Amino acid sequence: MQEVKNRALALLKDGTVKRVLGWRIGENTYDPEPAFFESEEDMQTFVYNNFCAANLSKYMIEASKLEGKTLVCLKPCDSYSFNQLLSEHRVDREKTYIIGVGCKGKLSIENVKRAGVKGILSVNDTDPLQVETLYGNTEVSYKAAMLDRCHVCKGKEHVVYDELIGESEDTSTADRFAQVQMIEAMSPAEKFAFFQKELSKCIRCNACRNVCPACSCRKCVFDSDKFDSAQKANVDSFEEKMFHIIRAFHVAGRCTDCGECSRVCPQGIPLHLFNRKFIKDINTLYGEYQAGADAEARGPLTSFTADDAEPSVVAEGGTK
Amino acid sequence: MSVNQEFRPKIVAFCCNWCSYAGADLAGSSRLSYPADVKIIRVPCSCRVNPMFILRAFEKGADGVILCGCHPGDCHYSTGNYYARRRMTLLFSMLDFMGVENGRTRVEWVSAAEGVKFSTVMNDFVEKIRSLGENVRLGDLRCKK
Amino acid sequence: MKKIAISNLPKLYAAIAKAQSLILPVKTAGKTNFSLWTEACDVDLQTLKTVKSAKDAFFPQSETLYHCHRDGKNITITPEDLQSESFVVFGIKGCDVRGIAVLDKVFLAEPVDSFYAARRCHGTIVSLACGAPEESCFCKVFGIDCAEPEGDVVTWLTEDYLYWKPVTEKGEKLTALVADLLEDSDDAAVTAQKEAIGKIVEKLPYAALSLEGWNGEALNEKFNSPLWETLYKPCLACGTCTFVCPTCQCYDIKDYNTGNGVQRYRCWDSCMYSDFTMMAHGNNRTSQLQRFRQRFMHKLVYFPANNDGMYSCVGCGRCVDKCPSHLNIVKVIKAFGKEGK
Repeated sequence: MQEVKNRALALLKDGTVKRVLGWRIGENTYDPEPAFFESEEDMQTFVYNNFCAANLSKYMIEASKLEGKTLVCLKPCDSYSFNQLLSEHRVDREKTYIIGVGCKGKLSIENVKRAGVKGILSVNDTDPLQVETLYGNTEVSYKAAMLDRCHVCKGKEHVVYDELIGESEDTSTADRFAQVQMIEAMSPAEKFAFFQKELSKCIRCNACRNVCPACSCRKCVFDSDKFDSAQKANVDSFEEKMFHIIRAFHVAGRCTDCGECSRVCPQGIPLHLFNRKFIKDINTLYGEYQAGADAEARGPLTSFTADDAEPSVVAEGGTK
Repeated sequence: MSVNQEFRPKIVAFCCNWCSYAGADLAGSSRLSYPADVKIIRVPCSCRVNPMFILRAFEKGADGVILCGCHPGDCHYSTGNYYARRRMTLLFSMLDFMGVENGRTRVEWVSAAEGVKFSTVMNDFVEKIRSLGENVRLGDLRCKK
Repeated sequence: MKKIAISNLPKLYAAIAKAQSLILPVKTAGKTNFSLWTEACDVDLQTLKTVKSAKDAFFPQSETLYHCHRDGKNITITPEDLQSESFVVFGIKGCDVRGIAVLDKVFLAEPVDSFYAARRCHGTIVSLACGAPEESCFCKVFGIDCAEPEGDVVTWLTEDYLYWKPVTEKGEKLTALVADLLEDSDDAAVTAQKEAIGKIVEKLPYAALSLEGWNGEALNEKFNSPLWETLYKPCLACGTCTFVCPTCQCYDIKDYNTGNGVQRYRCWDSCMYSDFTMMAHGNNRTSQLQRFRQRFMHKLVYFPANNDGMYSCVGCGRCVDKCPSHLNIVKVIKAFGKEGK
């Protein structure tokens, strides 16, 4: 989208912002990297296409510590994460200029590959994707190449922005709790086998944690040298479970369900399931809650009511 | 269900200092018995219990973990147990989601005057864990050697 | 040259596994990684790159070194047994085989790492040529021929057959073990495949990547370059690149309290982590820029300076595929290339 680039450049030139947080063109269409731009010359390499999928809100934590205003490009779902960070005082609204960029679903090169395409030489970002490969040319439908999270899109509204560029579209086609419900219906042995199989793949790279906009602690409990846990070892028994339960628990009530954790997992573990289970429980037990929708709201785990459901009741499947 | 009477489960009970620990004390001084399989850990408030404590207990070989605190409304710090209630509800639900039998975790409210309740709860919980058998789904294999 | 029909491969696996343990690419929950063969496992030779490299077979992500066990007032220390039985790693690609050669430089040099050495001594490598290289591959840049990899036995997979060529003494031994399953063959099909692969390799986008200027002499100039300042910015400080890498060899040694003793183990470490090489005085790399720089300087400058010019990158392209921020060694090399340095 040339418009985003032009506008960002204009704001950079007239001094409204000191830097632009956007995307630098990669080796190909599909691998742009998040980047800060500080000059007009630098902006030559700025790009905004449908492969710009990462949630830039997390980078704003660091940017808020820098001098001057930072312009950031946020998609509707990213704006929830930003708002959530705002409510936790981890980002500075005064130092941020938000361009709410329209989004009609973002693409994932992993999903193009998952569709069976190998040796990709070039790809465009329109529907359908025209893919040139080492082994001939092919087409992949936009929907098939879309990130998994876009199928459960949060909607086209930005919850926080200074100006909007481009149209958005609600791309949701699936029930986001369907998979959670499917697992809930399993027997304990089946549930256990399912997670054992998925988590045995975990290589403890911490990408899920580091990319998460809700994981904003300066020092993670799992990085403590006094902590009696192998934060890097995969031992295929307990550590992975501990890590993933606690990771999800620490962001429970604050997770906006942006889906970054599952996007970055090199082993394709459906990490969002943990977060969605918490979200589903919160919605059922304590009332519908969307983290980040309202920067003034009190989170479900930092509030209570006197007649909350008892754990024993919930264990039997009750809600009150 | 056949219950293996030979099996001595390891149970960790987190008890809040103000109510449940005093309740346990009362059970003791009233000569009410409960199985020695229960190991009590005193915490300042039920709210002090970090979800990691629960997981850590399982990791190191616990077969069941129970959290006891003041009755809702009676927290020494006014509201601690309300927060604990939400946290434990979510955590236990997650453990259930991952295939850990939900009988292995429990929350009970025991006041300082409820020595009898403390002993009943513990007897009941130990029986439950006995019927579930050894915890094999959340422990660390390295601790079993 | 020998060959075996694809339909007979399960018999081959079973025959090898009967005598020794067999490690090969197995698909679990949608992803392929090297894992122990079992009757029920889903062997996957079609996926070009396993998520993790094959280095786990020789240098596992975590391994116990010894146990201390306390019984009353007595403490017994039991060292973990060294690998003493033969095993086979099947289906390693050329880049990963070279990756093991890189690890050899580190672990087989004095002082020899006995755990690693024992595994190297008992492991037989059956490599597999890459029938269809992918866009992120650049092994050619490091002089690796993915059409004819190194290894004890080299194999080629065509539509109907797996071609089998023993190269070393270990390879001959393994061939003798499964001799009844193999039949003699000419090498026409293999020659044709090699030629086809060669043509694809020429077309790979990173085939012409230039490593000019990356050597021990360039240390100061590369280290002090202002380019790192921009390059590191998108880095999330996760360990994905290091954990999927076939040559990353850093590890940490830790103790695990088992309740009645201690288990000392080592596990892979990542230079991207804030507690990497943490010492009593603190950490010698205090910013992500320094940590990020370390990874590339190590692979492209320090390692060749200490190992007769051998780079500790093999061009497998896993980091290119897996980095959550699309940051990778190719972009770094190219950025310096553009600067003309």
